[in-house]
Amino acid sequence: MLSIKNLHVSVGDKPILKGVNLEIKAGEVHAIMGPNGAGKSTLSHILSGKSGYTITEGSVTYQGKDLLEMDPEIRAREGIFLAFQYPVEIPGVSNIYLLKAALNAIRTHNGLAEVDAFDFLKIVKGKVKLLEMDEQFLYRSVNEGFSGGEKKRNEILQAAILEPSMCILDETDSGLDIDALKVVAAGVNSLRAADRSFLMITHYQRLLDYIKPDIVHVLADGRIVKTAGPELALELEAKGYSWVEEQVA
Amino acid sequence: MMEAERVVSQYPAQYEKTAASLAGQSVAWLQSIRQKALASFSESGFPSLRDEEWRYTNVSAIEKKLFSPAVQDEIGAVDVSWLNTYRLENAWTIVLVDGYFSEALSNLAGLPDDVQVLSMANALEQCPNDLKNYFGQAVNDELHGFIAFNSAWFTDGLFVHVPTEHVLAKPVHIIHVATQAGYMANTRNIVAVDGMAKAELVETFIGCDEAYLSSAVTEVFVGKNADLSISKLQVEGDKAYHFGGTYVVQEDNARFEHHNFCFGGLLARNDIHTDLGLASECDLNGLYLGVKRQHIDNHTRINHLKAHAQSKELYKGVLNQRARGVFQGRVLVAEQAQKTSSEMNNRNLLLSNDAEADTKPQLEIYADDVKCAHGVTVGQLDEKSIFYLQSRCIDEETARNMLTFAFANEMVEKVKNKDLHDQVLQQLLERFPQSGIEQEWL
Repeated sequence: MLSIKNLHVSVGDKPILKGVNLEIKAGEVHAIMGPNGAGKSTLSHILSGKSGYTITEGSVTYQGKDLLEMDPEIRAREGIFLAFQYPVEIPGVSNIYLLKAALNAIRTHNGLAEVDAFDFLKIVKGKVKLLEMDEQFLYRSVNEGFSGGEKKRNEILQAAILEPSMCILDETDSGLDIDALKVVAAGVNSLRAADRSFLMITHYQRLLDYIKPDIVHVLADGRIVKTAGPELALELEAKGYSWVEEQVA
Repeated sequence: MMEAERVVSQYPAQYEKTAASLAGQSVAWLQSIRQKALASFSESGFPSLRDEEWRYTNVSAIEKKLFSPAVQDEIGAVDVSWLNTYRLENAWTIVLVDGYFSEALSNLAGLPDDVQVLSMANALEQCPNDLKNYFGQAVNDELHGFIAFNSAWFTDGLFVHVPTEHVLAKPVHIIHVATQAGYMANTRNIVAVDGMAKAELVETFIGCDEAYLSSAVTEVFVGKNADLSISKLQVEGDKAYHFGGTYVVQEDNARFEHHNFCFGGLLARNDIHTDLGLASECDLNGLYLGVKRQHIDNHTRINHLKAHAQSKELYKGVLNQRARGVFQGRVLVAEQAQKTSSEMNNRNLLLSNDAEADTKPQLEIYADDVKCAHGVTVGQLDEKSIFYLQSRCIDEETARNMLTFAFANEMVEKVKNKDLHDQVLQQLLERFPQSGIEQEWL
């Protein structure tokens, strides 16, 4: 699904990622943990195509294609979805309008006919229930005046409708109380499928109690320093990141 | 400068030629006002950049052209199907062509007997004394040259009088049409809504593709506990010069709402001034869109003269290419105007490096127990929002257009009259054809 090889990324003259290697196969759920400033968010930005970074070395291949060559919207249409750590408020653009525009952009990209308003509403209303959201959210401006929990739910709602192949969750648990976390996690779990992979970026182990990863990586100082099964997350929670950093050093 | 002065001085020389065509020939008090205004304009000419209230707007282009006052028998033919696209379905409509009332194009059927909606020329014939109490009471010819110019040269206009406690069933719609190159249309309007009455007025300005001057001065009187909404859709031709002044006097507890959509013309200036009575409210909204070399100046003045009044103001501008937008918003709170609440905002979006926004909020507060806020911004589209939309499959150009449209559409959404709302929205959609936004989804 996704293959990152020896990825080096700088902001200005400052190297942030210093040779990241990562293989994600179809259907796998990976978690990347790490201390603040390790480069976790940079990695998610690079995969989704945000500007402002310089890629100095390495490659990212997605479904056999060079991901780094694609504009952000092409990546999205090809099935990469980033659930933002801080979803942006867009006054004046309704949620439902954005969802319809996005879904039809993907369908057009894949040579399919656009969905009509009737079918679209049917799809959307089903997913809204899944995330225990009020239908009124659809008609409000994107994320405007949403609480932290509502914003994160809205991100997962978008994923549920757009059905991406590669779902990147950037600190999805941040700002969530335990009830909201359970709803969001249930939404994510319902999306797990044999042809869909996840990359979860998180600082804390808490999210992983609800979304069980297959593989856990530790990113420290721009490199993946340790990779293991889900038990690694528990060990980190008990011993802290300094434990891994010391091991590496 | 010398040349400009010569041209301006030709207006008074021309006056006698057109005087017979101007409204109210037999009304002595008006003739006296006109003579004074002519003398005042002959002395002052149009405002200059030296005038603080005009420091960002250079009207010398108007001074350099000598616009001919249209004479009634010379008014141009109107493309009726084009005009009809600007009509509101459910309204009493007055159409002024090149500054003259056209009975054939207007529709006042079913107007209640006690409500007066008639052309200024007819009103000056039928009920000159009704007008005498209003004329020149909301604005003074000394304010600036355009007012005196208008008082001297107005050919016709609109008179609306809504009596006490009368709630007008439909809006009154005045459509100004300019059909001829090189001509000027000067119109004068009086709108008086008596105590406890309620009314809505819509003004539309349209015109041909050649240069012309359109100048409309409207004096507005909102009685005690009365409620008036005025919306203006200015979609003049690309080469037009436009001056529109709306001067309002609000009695105690009066409500006044204004929506100002300024899309057309090469050079456009709006004055919106209001004097607030005790516990009255005003809500001023504006949206200006500038492209190419358009220059759009909105000048608002809110005078809190008595206590407990509230004013709210939001003007938004979108400026592209070499367009320039000016916002001067002045709020005065007099010493006795305690418990005033006032909020003024001006937001500008610059879409090109050559576009310019000049914004100048001015607060003059002489009372000590007031709540006044103001804010201005001049900026570009938020890159984070663009990336967010891109990450949701929207290409960058569409994302930019979508965000620009959304920024502007906030002002359209404030229009409660559905018919007018849809018309303004259509104008906006036509100006952002690449937004990918379809009306059915809004």
